[in-house]
Amino acid sequence: MIDYKAVGLKVGLEVHRQLDTSKKLFCDCPTEAVEGGKVVEFRRYLREAQSELGTVDPAAIFEAKKRKEIIYQANTGNVCLVEMDEEPPHPINREAVEVALIASLLMNATPVDEVHVMRKIVIDGSNTTGFQRTCIIAVGGSVRAGEKEIPIQTITLEEDAARIVEARRREAVYDLSRLGVPLIEISTAPVIQSPEEAVKAAKAIGDILRATGKVKRGLGTVRQDLNISISGGALTEIKGVQELELIAKVVENEVKRQLHLLDIAEELRRRGVRESDLVFSPVDVTEVFRNTGSKVVKRKLAESARVFALRLPRFAGLLSLEKWPGIRLGAELAAHAKAWGDVEGIFHTDELPAYGISAEEVEEIRKALECGADDAAVLVVSDEHSAMDALKAVLERAKEAIRGVPEETRAARPDGTTTYMRPRPGAARMYPETDIPPMTITQEYIESLRSRLPPTLEETAKRLQQKYNLSKQLVQQLIDQEVNDVFERIVEKYGVQPSVVAATLTETLTSLRREGVAVDELPTSLFEELFQLLKEGVFAKEAIRDILAWAAANRGRSVMDAVNALNVRAPPREELEKAIDELIAKNQEMLNDKKIVSRLMGDLMKVYRGRVDGAVLNRLLMERIEAARARG
Amino acid sequence: MSQLQGYSGKAKQLLERAGVKIGDEIRVVSGKGEMRGILMARYELAEPDYIVIKLRNGYNVGIRVADGVKVEKIADAEAPAFRPPPPPAMKPNLPRVAIVSTGGTIASRVDYRTGGVRAALSAADLLSIVPELADIAQISAEILFSVYSENLTISHWRAMAEKVNDLIRSGEDGVVIAHGTDTMGYTAAALSFALQNPPIPVVLVGAQRSSDRPSSDAATNLIAAVDTAANAPFGEVVVCMHKWHSDDTIAIHRGVRVVKLHTSSRDAFKSINAEPLAFRTKAGLVINDNRFNKRGSDNYQFSPTFDDRAMLVKFYPGMPPETLQILREKLRIRGFILEGTGLGHVSSSFIPVARQLVEEGVFIGMTSQCKFGRVNMYVYDNGRDLMRAGITPLDDMLAETALVKLMWSLGKLGENADREAVAELMTRNLVGEMNNRSMPTGW
Ligand SMILES: [Zn+2]
Repeated sequence: MIDYKAVGLKVGLEVHRQLDTSKKLFCDCPTEAVEGGKVVEFRRYLREAQSELGTVDPAAIFEAKKRKEIIYQANTGNVCLVEMDEEPPHPINREAVEVALIASLLMNATPVDEVHVMRKIVIDGSNTTGFQRTCIIAVGGSVRAGEKEIPIQTITLEEDAARIVEARRREAVYDLSRLGVPLIEISTAPVIQSPEEAVKAAKAIGDILRATGKVKRGLGTVRQDLNISISGGALTEIKGVQELELIAKVVENEVKRQLHLLDIAEELRRRGVRESDLVFSPVDVTEVFRNTGSKVVKRKLAESARVFALRLPRFAGLLSLEKWPGIRLGAELAAHAKAWGDVEGIFHTDELPAYGISAEEVEEIRKALECGADDAAVLVVSDEHSAMDALKAVLERAKEAIRGVPEETRAARPDGTTTYMRPRPGAARMYPETDIPPMTITQEYIESLRSRLPPTLEETAKRLQQKYNLSKQLVQQLIDQEVNDVFERIVEKYGVQPSVVAATLTETLTSLRREGVAVDELPTSLFEELFQLLKEGVFAKEAIRDILAWAAANRGRSVMDAVNALNVRAPPREELEKAIDELIAKNQEMLNDKKIVSRLMGDLMKVYRGRVDGAVLNRLLMERIEAARARG
Repeated sequence: MSQLQGYSGKAKQLLERAGVKIGDEIRVVSGKGEMRGILMARYELAEPDYIVIKLRNGYNVGIRVADGVKVEKIADAEAPAFRPPPPPAMKPNLPRVAIVSTGGTIASRVDYRTGGVRAALSAADLLSIVPELADIAQISAEILFSVYSENLTISHWRAMAEKVNDLIRSGEDGVVIAHGTDTMGYTAAALSFALQNPPIPVVLVGAQRSSDRPSSDAATNLIAAVDTAANAPFGEVVVCMHKWHSDDTIAIHRGVRVVKLHTSSRDAFKSINAEPLAFRTKAGLVINDNRFNKRGSDNYQFSPTFDDRAMLVKFYPGMPPETLQILREKLRIRGFILEGTGLGHVSSSFIPVARQLVEEGVFIGMTSQCKFGRVNMYVYDNGRDLMRAGITPLDDMLAETALVKLMWSLGKLGENADREAVAELMTRNLVGEMNNRSMPTGW
């Protein structure tokens, strides 16, 4: 167990969430993905723009070095010339500003008097312009994480980036549909002191954003970035944590990673390694592998790659040292090599012989590099240009290992580990967006918003409980699963029994999800159709589960299609009455027996289960028995 | 630039009293709290009474100057420095290309320190930012002027023509003119007539996205322009801009055939009634039309005089014909280019006015607002009547090109030229502005 207080953990959160506005932030395209539609594909190059402040941004240099040709796919259903960077942006979407202001007020933040849109340089291709438009809406405020008040630093509104479809060696493919969707970003002060607290703070922020009633839900609509540091370590920015539960794991792993790097730095210093000992003198050792048994090396050599090796003096044993699973200096070196050098990976002597590379080959490499027993060597199999870039990156990273933990930007993986992405960007990459005039926020406007703030999620929960007579637990599930809005709309619109709607949206969906049914991709409109038809008696509520499963497997088809395909359509009332009457006639002798209802009900359910609601059937049966008794 | 650019009223007073100027680090204290940052220039069109500062995180915010707001200087401005990387070394065996900058987006920058628009970037700066150019040609660069292209006049056309003529005489292998895109088509036509059959390519180039943005089309267009200037087999005045939304193909249009057809898109320029002369792709220059004046040919004619007493008039239903008379009288117009409907028509109510103007020696030429296709005034009665009144059909010439050609013709023939001489010159193809064969489009 790590004592997070003792290691001086400090975490700052950046919560990003897509807003559910009708239009994008700087054009009039819809924010929802449009199926079908004409797709235009075009190619672009981005160039690093030099900062006029005289400095050059390290992150921009990094991307420029990896300059790629970018292919954009524009579905004209929700992409126009603005996203294609072929038309200047329209004025900022006021609906989005209003949602951000409401969120700001809910966090007791102070809205700025005038909003200025900025350009944040991002030249990886995810923005056609080469920058992301972003603006501060409010500063200050706080949220409550358990007992602790977490201060908010800024609340910003920005355009979401394009989604990467494919990253090839010299090309990247992006889909522009998501580009320009309004994204709110809440940044906390770096005062969070444990993984659990980070989760609580993120949840608190998420709850407030949801209270605005104007945020998108579902996969990819929320992204959390974490700024993590420990005493003696460095500020690491971790991007793209999608799930709330993963936050704790990411924080824990980052603390372990930094602790491990600090241990290694201490060991390197103890061994007396200085930065000046690390010199860039790679050696071409291709000859060593002339008759290699390593399949992977053989394959690369056949593609006319060469093998280059670099000596890391007195690093032996430290590259594979692993106190916690997956956290090794070797992995860091490999990630830097891949990021800067466009190579598939590295080999190092701590892990060799392996991968078919023999002990003899390792010995020859050591000889070629004049390695001592406590020296390590790193190998790259690639074309010379990429190999040099990769080994230079390895050497720079190795130098940083002596110093301790480098500041960098890392990407979160779904398992809670992280990997090196790029150096941390400086402040130099923020310029005014001169195409958009500033927007003033008057005091009167703020006061009018303040007078009609939406209820918090807690208030909503209480109201739902009372109004629809639902259990606290069921309401909490509706809220946690972000379906309370859909629930209310459907109940109000179709007058279906609230408990049925609630159970469907929570328990049924959860259990289907567990079985791997892709229910999260079902559109809201499908649920509307579902309950409308249920209300009309087209099928029984017992069939809901099968209908949803069928619809998930048959995307784009309607509930009616499901009803027909599953043969769960309820028979017409006359047919039902006739069948019941015939059944009663067959059991005439039981007519005055008390047990007749339950007895015949069992028979009827055998025939009509899933097609006719049990309660409806029961009511009808009683009616017909009464009628039969009356007839005598 | 003023020390408090864009500020006025209460905000300006407050800033003056605090003794701060743009770029200084300041502290602003208001009822809402304290903010620190660098004082930025104010957009002239924005509301008064706001102070804009750049926060430490790079964001700008505006602060309302209400009663009780205090401003305090923390530190003086750091001298702004745009430090382009040093230009790459020249390769002596490459062709010589001169880049002449005249203004426009391709040569403009935003001053990021203050948010204000800054004077044109020098062509040398462009070279240092686009180092690829050094692999194509030996570049020389100069600023001729720095003018928004909508403010250009015939005197600028003349100055450009003379500059290019000098560069031709001094042995350049090609000339590139960086130009604002709005009127680049007009300038291209003007230079086409002023520099007929030049021995080297004269390439106009612009950008639809300013050169300070990573996605700017300035660099790709400029690289293509320099390559064209250095290596094209023709001696023609051309416009070099994106073919479509992609950066990978640049179209090289004949100067008398090109027009800006989109307000903002990279592919704004299109050749009308003609195919682009060439394209520049990753594979290099690809000639698309073999009819051109060869590089190094010896039939070069330099004639840079224009007379701007010519006017382009777009006809619309119900337009009063007296318009032409009034313009003639007020502005001493010597010739009109009409942008008529369809095959080349204006209302028959124009016939008496046209006849009288022609008798007075005014040239009236007919083009079509259809843009595509050629005028033919024989097809309908009205057309024949308009011709009989003395209106000259101008074939498949672009209206804008016809106007420029008229200005040039009037300048070339002089003050006393008679209408017939003007008409003769206007109906003779000089540099590919007219073509007798029409081709299908859009395939
Ligand atoms: Zn759009």
